[in-house]
Amino acid sequence: MNLWQGFEPGQLIALSILVPFIGALLVVATGKTPNLRETVTLSTAVILFTIVLAITDLVFQGVALNLQVIELFPGLGISFDVEPLGVLFALVASFLWIITSIYAIGYMRGHHEVNQTRFFCCFALAISSVMAICFSGNLLTLFIFYEVLTLSTYPLVTHAGTDAAKKGGRIYLGILLSTSIAFLLLAVLGTWSLTGTLDFRPGGIFAETEHKGVLAVLLVLFCYGIGKAAIMPFHRWLPAAMVAPTPVSALLHAVAVVKAGVFSILKVVIYIFGLDELRNLETTDIMLYIGAATILISSCIAMTKDNLKARLAYSTVSQLSYIVVGALLASSIAAAGAALHIATHAAGKITLFFCAGAIMVASHKKNISDMAGLGRQMPLTMAAFAIGAISIIGLPPMAGTWSKWHLAMGALDADKLLIVATLIISSLLNIAYLLPIPFKAFFHRSNEAQEAWSWSQTKEAPLPCLIAIGVTSLGCIVMFFYPEPLIALINLIPDVSTIGNSDG
Amino acid sequence: MFEQHLAALPIIIPLIAAPIALILGRSLLTWGFATLISAWACYASWHLLLAALSEGSLSYAMGGWPPPWGIEMRVDAANAFVLLAVTAVSTLVLVYSKNSIEKEIDSAQHPLFYTAHLLCLAGLSGILVTGDAFNLFVFLEISSLATYTLVSLARDRRCLTAAFRYLVMGTIGATFILIGVGMLYMKTGTLNMLDLAERIHLADGNRTINTGLAFIMVGVSIKLALFPLHAWLPPAYTHAPSAVTAFLASTATKVAVYVMIRFIFTIFGADYVFREMGMDLILMVLAIVAIFKCSYMATAQSNVKTVLAYSSVAQIGYMVLGVSLVSVTGLMAGLIHIFNHALMKGALFMAVGAVFYRVGSVDIKAFRGLGKQMPLTMAAFTIAGLSIIGVPLTVGFVSKWYLVTAALEQQHWILAFLVLAGSLLAVIYIGRVLEAAYFQSASDDASAAEVKEAPWLMLIPMWSLVIANIYFGIETSITTEAASSASEWLFQNSKVLEVSP
Amino acid sequence: MSFIIDYYNYWIVVFLMMTGFYIVISANNLVKKIVGLNIFQTSVFMLYITMGKVSGGTAPIVAEGVTLYSNPLPHVLILTAIVVGVATTAVGLSLIVRIKRAYGTVEENEFQNEDDAI
Repeated sequence: MNLWQGFEPGQLIALSILVPFIGALLVVATGKTPNLRETVTLSTAVILFTIVLAITDLVFQGVALNLQVIELFPGLGISFDVEPLGVLFALVASFLWIITSIYAIGYMRGHHEVNQTRFFCCFALAISSVMAICFSGNLLTLFIFYEVLTLSTYPLVTHAGTDAAKKGGRIYLGILLSTSIAFLLLAVLGTWSLTGTLDFRPGGIFAETEHKGVLAVLLVLFCYGIGKAAIMPFHRWLPAAMVAPTPVSALLHAVAVVKAGVFSILKVVIYIFGLDELRNLETTDIMLYIGAATILISSCIAMTKDNLKARLAYSTVSQLSYIVVGALLASSIAAAGAALHIATHAAGKITLFFCAGAIMVASHKKNISDMAGLGRQMPLTMAAFAIGAISIIGLPPMAGTWSKWHLAMGALDADKLLIVATLIISSLLNIAYLLPIPFKAFFHRSNEAQEAWSWSQTKEAPLPCLIAIGVTSLGCIVMFFYPEPLIALINLIPDVSTIGNSDG
Repeated sequence: MFEQHLAALPIIIPLIAAPIALILGRSLLTWGFATLISAWACYASWHLLLAALSEGSLSYAMGGWPPPWGIEMRVDAANAFVLLAVTAVSTLVLVYSKNSIEKEIDSAQHPLFYTAHLLCLAGLSGILVTGDAFNLFVFLEISSLATYTLVSLARDRRCLTAAFRYLVMGTIGATFILIGVGMLYMKTGTLNMLDLAERIHLADGNRTINTGLAFIMVGVSIKLALFPLHAWLPPAYTHAPSAVTAFLASTATKVAVYVMIRFIFTIFGADYVFREMGMDLILMVLAIVAIFKCSYMATAQSNVKTVLAYSSVAQIGYMVLGVSLVSVTGLMAGLIHIFNHALMKGALFMAVGAVFYRVGSVDIKAFRGLGKQMPLTMAAFTIAGLSIIGVPLTVGFVSKWYLVTAALEQQHWILAFLVLAGSLLAVIYIGRVLEAAYFQSASDDASAAEVKEAPWLMLIPMWSLVIANIYFGIETSITTEAASSASEWLFQNSKVLEVSP
Repeated sequence: MSFIIDYYNYWIVVFLMMTGFYIVISANNLVKKIVGLNIFQTSVFMLYITMGKVSGGTAPIVAEGVTLYSNPLPHVLILTAIVVGVATTAVGLSLIVRIKRAYGTVEENEFQNEDDAI
């Protein structure tokens, strides 16, 4: 991109982390005048996106981007190294940050939330740490910013300040911190003591390690240590975090935080273990089936939830395990599907969350049972909800199709028929818990509204919310018809390919 | 002059200054004097560290009597490192104490406070620098007697019983050390540490020496509050004036850990203590129990000072655990944690003292709403608390990193897991305070509304420690190099004995 | 039997030490605790002093015709330890005085119940 040509590639990484950080400071500085503050947020988001685009461009050109910051321990420090998977995640997160900011402005004002400066500040900090996670060059860096992300999102979860919010925050912080300290840090240190390096390397770093049993344990530690991936039984934090304002749920708990989790798992699987090594570990299958069980169980739980956000939360738990399963299938197609699912699920789920928030702002309804006939009041929102739902289910012409297709291909490729069956059953379950919502909204009539429908009856959410919803639902459709850039990016990841390897 | 007597200066300067502080009498004057003296001692120990790092070790004959007849002061990387931490914390605490003791100690006793503080500093420096086993006991008692006095200075009458209990247990501990040293002298006829080391090695598993080892280890364990001999510590730290607690928590027990390391590695030899006597297993089990039991106790307290006191006992468990791993990395982790824990606990107790200064209570209820009323103090508490938990980019993380690395080096996976799981309890006890401060609103009565930020003289030393927490958490090379060279030095000198006849 | 008689000084030391230790632990009165602590410390002084004795040796003063001296060093050491012991006693007693003023009692069980003293 011409805009950032004057900068060294390494500086671009620093910029991508610093820009949102400086944005956070500016948000605090301009906190007194909300309009200026929101301008700061939006322009920061846009600038960040252009930086990420520039980085993407360089990656396609094959330029190596890396940056060493400081050395914490001999031979080990904070370092950044750009690779395609991280770029994919950074693109998704930074683009959706713009949209979410637009949405958040409408939502926060429409909902008359307090402490908006703290909200936007922590939001920017969280994005800053997400960028650092995306571009992290070794496990230590990943771990550090993983923790920063947890801590910076905690004030967002407890934003409401009510007892329920505090309780949710406690569960959120409790599970994420304890799993990361007790399991992830142990796994990181174990890796360090086994290999003497924590760098992400194509093909993994365990090639010369003799202790296969220890590696098997390490895999379990990594899977559960990255609590943000919400593999059962450490998934409770995600529904608990739904007490947060909807933009937080939308960006952080459909995109940034949870995707940071599955992204970390993908990254560990691809660059620390290596897909070949992974195939030979005894615990890979165990974790794979736990992931599959998570998909099914949380889909079932989602069906029992009447609160819309809770249902979406459990849907997220289930969808995250798609990515975990994709990673653990240890096949290059499945890994590609998992990477693709980061993007497609993000677009679909954020649309759904936006809609949930819009419904809450416009009609103050939280429960699905109250939403019958809501399509008359909020036709645009409900239409977008339907698009998002279809994308999550994985039906054409929505983006979710591609990722599910590749995941299923990967499962077939790895001869795991049980996983194929899981994917099919899960899609049916998705239909059962998502589609009734727009269906009821459009085709069930609430009692009082008997006259013919006209536009004058609509009571839609604020305009910024609608714009955001429109963009993301459009994104779901565009990604179906035009997935080539994403696929090209994914094919750059070592060992990962949407068409499969000969040895895969 | 300065160069020549460098090794004795950190002891002599505060020792001479202590009675002068008493004579000066006026509170403000004494404060300035004591702070300057402590800063000077700190400057001297900085030079000592540089000298020790460049030359390996320095020997100084006290009074001109050459060792082994006279008393030798011996400075190497290990004790110079701890000495610097002790004198630096002492200086910061003295800066801090001006405001703090106004609230907590009767004004008539302010000169006494400074006198006792300087005496305590002299004693601690003496313990660190001396190369003579009996002399170590004397300095131990100088610092302990000063400590009992310091604890009893608070206005709250409960400090008296706490000080008394401390006195009884501390004296028993010191007497045990005295018995042990006596046993060693009986068998070897020397008190110089290096001489002792050689002759103990020749005696080779004599029963008198075994008994001496047992007495010394128990005595030192009382002094360093190793579980289950820690009963004196929580009441003493809770009821002592905040400035005293900040000083003791970050120095006194650390020095005792150093004494343990010195006895094990320099005098008895790691080989004898660990391989023949099997001390490593005992220490390891006690350390693990200390970490869990006392962290758990910390989660159940309502007085924040007690919370931190129990946390101190748990953190001592981490240091002893590092020692008990019997490896260069493990000992290094222990040494680093001595330094790092001084930084974090000092900052935490200073923050709590600032809260007491403004609110008049350190109950967890008193912390409600302080996040808004005393933002800087609570921010300091938060960062130091994160450091205790071991969050990356703080010193606590560095300690944990090396400790777990040391455990994994020896394939102690369970131990590594336990160390990390122990820090989860820290999340709970620090989290409770933070939640009260940031997420609960202050009580409605009028007095609470007037709470202001702590005075600058309290904030500056507090934040110096907090910044050190972050600085040494990022720029780890300084502490790591000092600790690793100290640790290697200790091990080498232990191993030399192994091969020599 | 010779095991007892040959080491009689150590038996005295052990007896005194245990006596003092027991008093420190069991006594209810704080002054008695200090007394116990003193007995405990005194036993160690005895240990040091007796170990300096060389059988057949005289006082370590250079005199004609004397070649065997007792070891003076433990005596000197214990002089220091006695001073330390006296200082400890002084601090302990002064603490007791203040405790008496603050609580009105020096009996451990009485103020323990009054508030959460120890």
